[in-house]
Parts: sequence; structure tokens; C-alpha cells
Amino acid sequence: MSVRRAKRVNYVTFINIFFVIFCLLLFVLPFLLVIAISFTDESALAEGYKLIPEKFSLEGYKVIFRNPTRLFNAYTVTTLQSFLGTFVGVLVMALCAYPLSRKSFKWRKPITFYVFFTMLFGGGLIPSYLLNTQYLNLRNNFWIYILPFMANAFYLIILRTFFQGISISLVEAAKIDGASELRTFFQIILPLSKPVLATISLLYLLDRWNDWFTSLVYITDDRLFSLQYLMQKVLRELEFIKQVASEGYNVVELDNFKPPSESMRFGMCIVAAGPMLLIFPFFQKYFVKGLTVGSIKG
Amino acid sequence: MNNTISRNNEQVKIPNKHIHKKRRFFKGKRGNIELFILTLPCLIYFFIWHYLPMGGLLLAFKDYKYNKGIFGSAWVGFKNFEFLFTSQDLFRIMRNTVSYAVAFIIIGNICAIAIALMLFEIKKRSRVKIYQTTMILPRFLSWVVVGYISYAILSPTQGVANQLLSFFGLEGVSWFSEPQYWPGIIIFSEVWKTVGINSIMYYAALMAIDPQLFEAAKIDGATRWQQIKNISIPSLMTLVTILMILAIGRIFRGDIGLFYQIPRDSGLLYSTTDIIDTYVYRGLRQGHFSMSTAVGMFQSVMGLTMVLFSNWIVKKRDPDRSLF
Repeated sequence: MSVRRAKRVNYVTFINIFFVIFCLLLFVLPFLLVIAISFTDESALAEGYKLIPEKFSLEGYKVIFRNPTRLFNAYTVTTLQSFLGTFVGVLVMALCAYPLSRKSFKWRKPITFYVFFTMLFGGGLIPSYLLNTQYLNLRNNFWIYILPFMANAFYLIILRTFFQGISISLVEAAKIDGASELRTFFQIILPLSKPVLATISLLYLLDRWNDWFTSLVYITDDRLFSLQYLMQKVLRELEFIKQVASEGYNVVELDNFKPPSESMRFGMCIVAAGPMLLIFPFFQKYFVKGLTVGSIKG
Repeated sequence: MNNTISRNNEQVKIPNKHIHKKRRFFKGKRGNIELFILTLPCLIYFFIWHYLPMGGLLLAFKDYKYNKGIFGSAWVGFKNFEFLFTSQDLFRIMRNTVSYAVAFIIIGNICAIAIALMLFEIKKRSRVKIYQTTMILPRFLSWVVVGYISYAILSPTQGVANQLLSFFGLEGVSWFSEPQYWPGIIIFSEVWKTVGINSIMYYAALMAIDPQLFEAAKIDGATRWQQIKNISIPSLMTLVTILMILAIGRIFRGDIGLFYQIPRDSGLLYSTTDIIDTYVYRGLRQGHFSMSTAVGMFQSVMGLTMVLFSNWIVKKRDPDRSLF
């Protein structure tokens, strides 16, 4: 017996060691690398990115914060877009999901199909682009970040399924007391749906915060760039400058031009990804719980 | 629901039947209208941003001219499709889109299940939580940030990958111009970003297995490996099938974030990194509206077909699980 027990401990220890190495190597080191680059002096970076800065420097961050207008604008756009977008989106979806969860609702089936069908078939990028730019005039307009993302059929169906699980007698009781549907929804259903609302809100917030494609397609006005798009531009366009430099001509001029440094680029990444990583530990709990509950039910 | 109430009343108070019927009719109708008003914002939204673009698919049959608009442009019948089917592009982007999707399904699932099984062996919940938290982290980052990380590793001059290669005395690789390495890089990036969350899902399914099964197996003298093979893996299979069928429905769609941000839209890599979604986006940039709409329509029709097909499979296996 004691022999078998010792064996078991060994084998679990082995798995633990595997996970420690696996997580460190694949998930922790890449982040440390980016952080390290952002704190390394430009001269040391030319030879290669290193995990441990050879020459520590805050120069990158100084460059970023010397003229932070663009960054500040992008932060404002992204924050507004994420929080307003999530609020509007979850409200619109919940308002629609509630009637669809009610068996007595006469148009339940056709409306469910109407919503569900958008998951199966769509016009695609080009028709949407023409609609938004030619007919709705949303190019270089803040509302492009909100309006086309007010609902999502998949999340709506998750909400509906959750609402269906709430006992119908609660709604009936509210009815008898003379509550309107709207009142029942806000005072009975919503307070009971906190877990699913939290999960959906988080997923939505994440989608909106990390969105870069909308800016890429619809925005050319740099005051309306989202944070992710600004980051992409910083990463790509400096490289473009470098490519020109390495092609040989105008090297002398480039010396005078002094392109913003490598460390600044990666500093930008830290500054932009920071908020998500900061709120991550707080949300992570709900996230894992929501997922676990969801998958056991499904 | 309010029908039930009145129906109960109906049964009890027969003399009032007539009045109640009338009231029920009104009540029911008003309730319906109230509920319908709640769905209105959503209905309008879906109409404008999902159903109107479907109408825009007309464009695939037209020769779109910017100044003439969708309705003014001339009809060309199936010419856009003819052109598409005879070009090399369609074959390339379809092959890439579908084979990556299949690779993600197979490799992604295997990795996630393996990790979930190993996590399940660790009895200390606090440790499991730490590992899970670490692995789920990439889910919170945008593809742009992942692009930064991959660039820090793959940059031809400063990247860590080439430093490692030269440390072992090997020649450095200019990653952003050699397409043969990209299937590996793309698949790795995707699995890296999603393995955490998928393994949590499988882990949850493992937690839901009745512990008595394992107890019984232990008493019968089954080894850990036998328990995994005969209890854990079979009980995961339902979840695997559901997720797989759902994934089959999305087989003609690719994540544009992955295929645009990681290879950085490098033209040299298109042979192995171009998928339908990036191709359509480029068509938009270059003003090839009709052509790209045709590609998009092809994608949507194929996607719909795959959903119907996978639903048909589910229905055959287990009618309760089918989508419709």
C-alpha cells in the first residue's frame, strides 16, 4: 500500500512540474519579454531582444508620454466604445431575450428564427461596408463603434436560455400584482440574472476593447483611432521606416530623422494592454465560473 | 402563462366563462404587444445591420461602379463567379481556410483534452486555479498584442527565435518572407490563444463525472491510465462531438485577427496565410467590390451548407441536441 502511494505522489509531482515549466515557458515568458523590451535601452536592442535588459532605460515611456494626445484620444475612444457598447448591447439583447424566453409570447418562434438566421447567413464585409459608408454615413463617425454591434445572436440565445430557467411563477405573481412586462423584466428578471449578465458583459467588453478591425476599415481620422488600431499602426509603420532605412538609400538622412525607438513601440503595447491585464484577475473568477456552469449545463 | 391562470379560473367558474374568455383575449393580446415592443430595438438592429447587407449580395451579380451605386450598376449575371472559379485565388484561399480550420479542430482539441486530463490528476485546487489562470491569459489579449509578442520572437534581426537558432549554431530564418514555416506558426498561435479556455471547458466536464465510477474502477484494480482511457475520455466524447459539429459549421470562416495580425499582411506569405476573410478585406481595400462580394457570398453559402450538414449529423446521432 505504502509503495503504491509513493508512486502516485511521484506521478502527480511530475505533472505539476510539467505544468510549472509549461506555463512559465509558453505563457509567462512572452509577456516578460515584451515588458523587458519596453524597459531596455535602444542601443542594446539593436543586437536583439533580451529577456533581461542589458541596459535599463525608461526612454521608451518618456517618448510615449512626451506627447500623449494621440494615446489619450485612443484611450478615450476605446473606453467609451467598450463601456457604452457593452451597456447598450447587453440591454438590447436582454430586452429581446426576455420575450423570447416566454412560452406564451405569440411571435416567439418567428422572432427566434429571425434572430437565429443571422448566425447562419450574412451579406459579408463588402455589403456591410457599403451600407455603413454610402447609406448610413458612419465612416469616421464614432457611432460606427456602437451601432453595428448592438446585438449578437449567439449571446442573445445564451441569455434567452438562462431566462427560461427562471421560474415562470415569479412572472405570474408579478402579473397578478399588476406589474407591466417592462417592470417585471427590470425588477424581477434582471436582478435574478446577475451571473449570466456578468458573463455576457465581460465577453462583450472583451470583444469591444480588443476590436481593431472597425478602425482599420472605417476610420481615417486619427482622433477616432481605437487603442488597438493605434498600437497596430505604431508596430507596423515604424517597421516600414526601418525597411526603407535598410534598403540603403538616405541612410545619412535617416540618422537625423531619428525614428521613435523600439522600446517605445513595446512600451506602447504595455500601456495599451495594461488595463485589460489589470482587471483580468478580478474578472477571471467570474469567467471561469461562468464557463464551468455553462458547459455543465450544456 | 396568463392563459393558464384564466384557464384555471375557467374550470372553476363556469358561469363567468364568457366574460373570462373576453378578458383573456384582451390580456393575452396586450401582453404580446408589450413583449413585442421589448424586442423592437433588437429587431430593427438585425434588420438594418444583418438583413439589409444580405440584399447587398446583389452586388455579386453586378459590375459595381462607385458613382452609380448598388442599384445603378450594370448586371453582369454570373460573370464574377465565372472569373472566380477559373482563377487560382479561390482554390488557394479555400484550401487554406478549410485546412487551417480542420487543423485547429483536431490539434486544438487534442491539446485541450490532454491538458484537462492532466489538470484533473492534480488534486490541489489552488494549483489547478493558478495553471488555469495562466493559460487563459491570452484570451484577454487582442490579436494586435499577440502580434507584438510574435514579432518580438520572430523578428528577423532582433527576434528571440533567431537568437536561439544562432546559439545552437544554426542559420537564422527570415520568418516574414518564407511561407513554408507559417502553417506551424499559425496553428501554434491559435492553439496558444484558445487552449486555456477550451481546457477549462473539458476540465468542467471531467468534474461532472460521478466520482463513484473512479472509486469502483480503483477497487477493481484499474491503473490511472486505464481509468483515463475507460472513464474520462469516453465521458468527454459527447462534449467533443458537440464542439466539433459546431466547429464544422464555421469551417469556411477564419479569424481575420489571427491571419492578418500575425503574418502582418505580408504578400510573400499569401500562399500559406491567405484565407477567404483576408482576401475579401484586400478586395475591399483595392476597390474590387463585386468580385469580393462574390467571394463573400460563396463563403456564406458554403457556411450555411456546412451548418445544415452538421445539424443533419447531430440529428442523426441525437435528435435532442440538434440546433433546429
